[in-house]
Amino acid sequence: MTKARTNASASPAVGRNMVINGAMNVAQRSASVTGIGATTAHYPTLDRWQIEASGAGRATMSQTADGPNGISANCIKLDCTTADTSIAAGEYFILEQRIEGQNVQRIGKGVAGAKQVTISFYVKASASFTFVLEVHQSQHGRSCNKLFDVTTDWNRIELTFPADVDDGSSPIVDDNAVGIRLFFWLHGGATWTSGTLQSGSFVNSVSANRAAGIDSFFSNTANNFFITGVQMEVGPVATEFEQEDFSTTLARCQRYFQKQLATGAAYERFGNGFANTTGNFNTIIPMQVPMRATPAIETTGTVGNYGVYHANAVTAATGIAIDGNADGNGKQVGVNIADSNSGFTVGRSGMFIANNTVAAFIALDAELN
Amino acid sequence: MNSSMTITNAKYNTSSLTNENCSINCVANGETVSVPLDPDNTHYAEILRQVAAGTLTIADAD
Repeated sequence: MTKARTNASASPAVGRNMVINGAMNVAQRSASVTGIGATTAHYPTLDRWQIEASGAGRATMSQTADGPNGISANCIKLDCTTADTSIAAGEYFILEQRIEGQNVQRIGKGVAGAKQVTISFYVKASASFTFVLEVHQSQHGRSCNKLFDVTTDWNRIELTFPADVDDGSSPIVDDNAVGIRLFFWLHGGATWTSGTLQSGSFVNSVSANRAAGIDSFFSNTANNFFITGVQMEVGPVATEFEQEDFSTTLARCQRYFQKQLATGAAYERFGNGFANTTGNFNTIIPMQVPMRATPAIETTGTVGNYGVYHANAVTAATGIAIDGNADGNGKQVGVNIADSNSGFTVGRSGMFIANNTVAAFIALDAELN
Repeated sequence: MNSSMTITNAKYNTSSLTNENCSINCVANGETVSVPLDPDNTHYAEILRQVAAGTLTIADAD
């Protein structure tokens, strides 16, 4: 007997939220970082949430135990630490999430039959502000931007963005590159604010129109901004925020970034391997989940924080580098550990470890930068 | 805006198996990273962009 599938939907009961870590529960990199604004674009704290910045204003970004009851116990907190009241034209400060093209195909954007999307989120601040949320499709340079008001109490903002057929033949590419970018504009100079906000439809993006009408988060060091419960779904209705267990969110985040800390052991084990020369040890670092692309490996920057445990002794590393031909189809990363003193024995197995420091870590980074 | 990285100290590494270039070590936005030669990796894509723009040079492997 063949039974028709009756529950197929572009906005299913589970998995309808295209935003990852919208409840702000996962922060593998750090729970709090100061001086935010000095780096043009990076992921300082909570997974999947990028900061793009240019200007003199600075903030502390943290995962904070605060949120609307029943939605999330955590949020992103941005705390202005250096005000910027002389705003140069090109300045900006944006909280952003980038979503893979293959994860937004349900929108049907750029061709006939394109659908509306509704983005909802909970915000509050130290005072009243008006900011902009922009839905940006960079492959074809299309944007639609909407103002939202923030008060001192948690409020849910619900913004429905129109369907975008574009020219009828410009779909979002169905791959692992960036498909949609969500920009929360919190500060901007005239380059971005001097025009007229384009809120009624998607158009080819014009810089001056992207953040017209916003206040500045950097107007005073007393300013704080809080956000959580971010959801993007198909259709004109903001449904209840989709709850997700921590392990599911963590795994979704680990597609882009994974971090193994040595905080519990000064000789933390990162991977096994063997010496193929007296100066090189081949190791494999397993991935927690398959990643979006072959990841870069981040280390502390002090190579002596790492070593190879072999023959009941530790040889300090003098170099760490990704090896070729060892990606393992998204399951592992091959890494070469060098010893310029030729202290390895060819053929001997061992372990790639932290070298007597809890500061050591290995991070695998396949983010959408 | 351009979400470019600040990349310094870029240097190729060679594979222990093939002895060909297999990754690039560098400092990206202050983080010490080893970057695979995979265009889907956004660190590598940015390195290629900066090399093409003439703003970054990658040193040969030792």
